[in-house]
Amino acid sequence: MSKFKKKSGDKSPGINTASLPDIVFMLLFFFMVTTVLRETTLKVKVTTPFATEVQKLEKKSLVSYIYIGKPTEPDRFGTQSRIQLNDVFAEPNDIASFIILEREKVDERLVTQMTTSIRADKETKMGIVTDVKQELRKINSLKINYSTKKGDIRD
Amino acid sequence: MARKKNRLSSEINAGSMADIAFLLLIFFLVTTTINVDTGISLLLPPMPEETMEEPPPIKERNILKVLVNSNNQLLVEGKLMEVKDLRSTTKEFLTNPNNDPELPASTTKAVISLKNDRGTSYNTYISVQNELKAAYREVRDESSTKMFGKPYEDLDNDKQKEIREIHPQKISEAEPEDIGGGN
Repeated sequence: MSKFKKKSGDKSPGINTASLPDIVFMLLFFFMVTTVLRETTLKVKVTTPFATEVQKLEKKSLVSYIYIGKPTEPDRFGTQSRIQLNDVFAEPNDIASFIILEREKVDERLVTQMTTSIRADKETKMGIVTDVKQELRKINSLKINYSTKKGDIRD
Repeated sequence: MARKKNRLSSEINAGSMADIAFLLLIFFLVTTTINVDTGISLLLPPMPEETMEEPPPIKERNILKVLVNSNNQLLVEGKLMEVKDLRSTTKEFLTNPNNDPELPASTTKAVISLKNDRGTSYNTYISVQNELKAAYREVRDESSTKMFGKPYEDLDNDKQKEIREIHPQKISEAEPEDIGGGN
């Protein structure tokens, strides 16, 4: 009976938490490395459509983003689809100067590799997208990428 | 007992280290957006120059006309079609398995002409683009398996180029019309 009885003075050893900081630090570093701090605040609602033939966009520094969608604050900005460049709403004719600014940021040799990613909401009408495309053609920024999620198109 | 306690407290207390690390971890967890940007890449045609001569006419049999109207309906070669049937139609057009005189003799000459309305939804446009791209990919895969025994993606650059020359991706986009009221 008393054989298995614990001695009253003995405390349970407790879980050793010495390696906990190491584990947490490991996770921390993982997230620090993978994190991309959002540079722009989206003022338009963008839900990109699905597609199966997608390619990954590489070299993030060579990508300029154009957002197209309905404003998130319809009371202030209306319900019409708008274009957003950086942090502000824009009109199609602002795209040229935006692309020129983006080009100045990168090395001259890499300008030809620059891609414009069009992140448009799936309910956008093609009219506004076409205007953007025409502006890009005018300024000879021909590599574009329609941002889509990988998935079945009928989703 | 008391002496042992004293010795323990003389070490640096690292107990709060985990708390600090957790705090940072949670910060990065919240701010992180693991977004691998994916999308359909394509090359826009350059703006036509005024001095440019008229492009040579393309034979009717070498063109697949795809029209999308503002109600997101698809018209392929004058026939109403669902998006899901577009891929097989395009493949048939590209490969011409039965040597139909109405279809192109070889994929090298085949051109797909895509025209949409300003009122077409972006979602439909992407679906159509996706199906056309998929058709090209499947056709390329088929002939690369036939020629090299491997799908197109696994080939080295020279062989990929060879396949690309046999099946060049020619999707021509016409200026959209404004019938359905865009924007």
